[in-house]
Amino acid sequence: MNMALTDPPMISITGLSKYYGNYPAVSQMDLDIRAGEFFSLLGPSGCGKTTLLRMIAGFVEPSEGSIHIDGQDVTGLSANRRPTNMVFQNYAIFPHLNVEENVGYGLKRMRLEKAEEKRRIGEALEQVRLSHLGGRRAHELSGGQRQRVALARALVMRPKVLLLDEPLSALDKKLREEMQVELRSLQKAVGITFILVTHDQYEALAMSDRIAVMFAGKLEQVATPKEIYQRPRTRKVADFLGGMNFLNARLVGERAGTVSVEAAKFGAVNLSKPQGFTATNGHVTVGIRPERLRLLWDDDRAEHELIGRVENRAYFGEVTHLTIGVEGLEQPLSIVETNNFGADDLPIGADIRLAYDPDAFVLLAEDEAVKA
Amino acid sequence: MRNGFKLPLLPAFVILYFVFLYGPILLIPIFSFNNAAATTFPLAGFTTKWYGQLPGNSALLTAARNSMIVGVTVSLLSTLLAICAARAVTRYRFRGKKTMSGIIMAPLILPEIIIAISLLMILLQFGLGLSLFTVILGQTLFCIPYSMSVLISGFEGFDRSLEEASTDLGETAFGTFRRVTLPVVAPAILSSLLVSFTISLDEFILAFFLSGTEPTLPVYIWGQLRFAAKLPSVLALGTLMILASVILLTVAEIIRRRAESRRLQYEHGTH
Repeated sequence: MNMALTDPPMISITGLSKYYGNYPAVSQMDLDIRAGEFFSLLGPSGCGKTTLLRMIAGFVEPSEGSIHIDGQDVTGLSANRRPTNMVFQNYAIFPHLNVEENVGYGLKRMRLEKAEEKRRIGEALEQVRLSHLGGRRAHELSGGQRQRVALARALVMRPKVLLLDEPLSALDKKLREEMQVELRSLQKAVGITFILVTHDQYEALAMSDRIAVMFAGKLEQVATPKEIYQRPRTRKVADFLGGMNFLNARLVGERAGTVSVEAAKFGAVNLSKPQGFTATNGHVTVGIRPERLRLLWDDDRAEHELIGRVENRAYFGEVTHLTIGVEGLEQPLSIVETNNFGADDLPIGADIRLAYDPDAFVLLAEDEAVKA
Repeated sequence: MRNGFKLPLLPAFVILYFVFLYGPILLIPIFSFNNAAATTFPLAGFTTKWYGQLPGNSALLTAARNSMIVGVTVSLLSTLLAICAARAVTRYRFRGKKTMSGIIMAPLILPEIIIAISLLMILLQFGLGLSLFTVILGQTLFCIPYSMSVLISGFEGFDRSLEEASTDLGETAFGTFRRVTLPVVAPAILSSLLVSFTISLDEFILAFFLSGTEPTLPVYIWGQLRFAAKLPSVLALGTLMILASVILLTVAEIIRRRAESRRLQYEHGTH
């Protein structure tokens, strides 16, 4: 999707906080979400992502700060007057109404002509591929079908922003993966701004244009999935999004945008500075993803090599996770290998050689919140 | 070791139990169709004349009308009050919640005659004359726990996000109540109305103490028992009341169970 960074944001959040007693569920948050964007709020449970979503929807009143949607200040507006619609975690399908009546629920208040109402219900059901089940009741639907009804019921209102509160968490793995693809293409088709709340990093990576990673009521990083994964800003973000080998390193040189660090056994590497980076007395943390380390077989040669010993092995079908002890490193290294070359048969205790790419290292800032 | 001559003790017990429980009740409809004023065997032949006499009895009609007024008012009042209490208990967390529900449910276990006497004392103290109004007050107090238990089980299954979803779709608070909350809990409310009406219809002790000169049906029946000649028409009336109670309670239970099973089915599908 073609979006200029200078377009006015669809959602603009300024200085937003929510306190429960003295506990800050969301604290001093600034965030802009662009029109037509698939935006995910990712974080562990209790990080405030659902509270933030419910403040946008109008179910939770902010303690301070403001929310603008499409230029309009909605901070004091009740939920039924906001241009947002929500897909609830448990779907909240009205049990006394059938599928069509559920989808048409919000249209009733608009007092449309009967034919127009029917047309829009039909269109929404078609979008979620449920046209054949219009007469069914909620208790006659499967989990996946209920999710589609909830989606159609929200989409039929043509909201400016669609809010999704962990919509896939109640589905089994296979259905969840199908729905990820479907939700993503549906969003591109209707062009509505989607905000998804999830604690599943793969879901966020697979579906989003941008991801905001939240911890303890604060934004740790807001970026594209690729950037979040490849260039996590802090150790927390790196840790939350998949595996990461953390290494202590020493700062040996610093220039405008880059620094040189030296990590035991890996030598000196040049890295770009993350936002908010400060080195405390020359000690820094760098990280490298397990799949960026590679086993070398027989005659394989690489520019940068390490020698180690297999300490542990776990078989995951398509990949094998290996723990490699390297002399001179405090922690063993985790690596992930596809099972093409026999990594799954490596005996524990075997001596092996590893290759790494110095460009794969990331420099991590101290954990503290960022302003997006 | 298996004993081939084992006595069928359990079936025998069950049969005896049912005979003991329902035998006497069964006598009422039997004698109500008996063509004799005395309730003795052998039966003297079939007649419907006792039923035929009922509509001509103005005292009985007045008592029936009183019972209807009391029953309808009590069921509405106790259901209305129990809706508020049941919603508070199922929806909110507050201090003294357990104590509060305990006190509301207390009339279930307190001896009814104690409630009746204490109410009588208080009403007389306040100078309130005994009337249908005082019966309504007493029976409402007595019916609320029954309404509460029916309604709590109905409300507990109510998913709060349904109301949020309705609000989210643009509906007002009142519209949400009318279009979502009420229809979803309607079976429980209907069930509570029927149960409290049935209890009020049959209730004797409170009505006896508090009705003054305006008898309800059970109080009227009690009065008629002094006259042996009136017994058969009392039996006919009793038969009709049994029939009404059974039908109302059955309907209430069917409504409750249907709503319950639909809810379980729904929840089962979600998880």
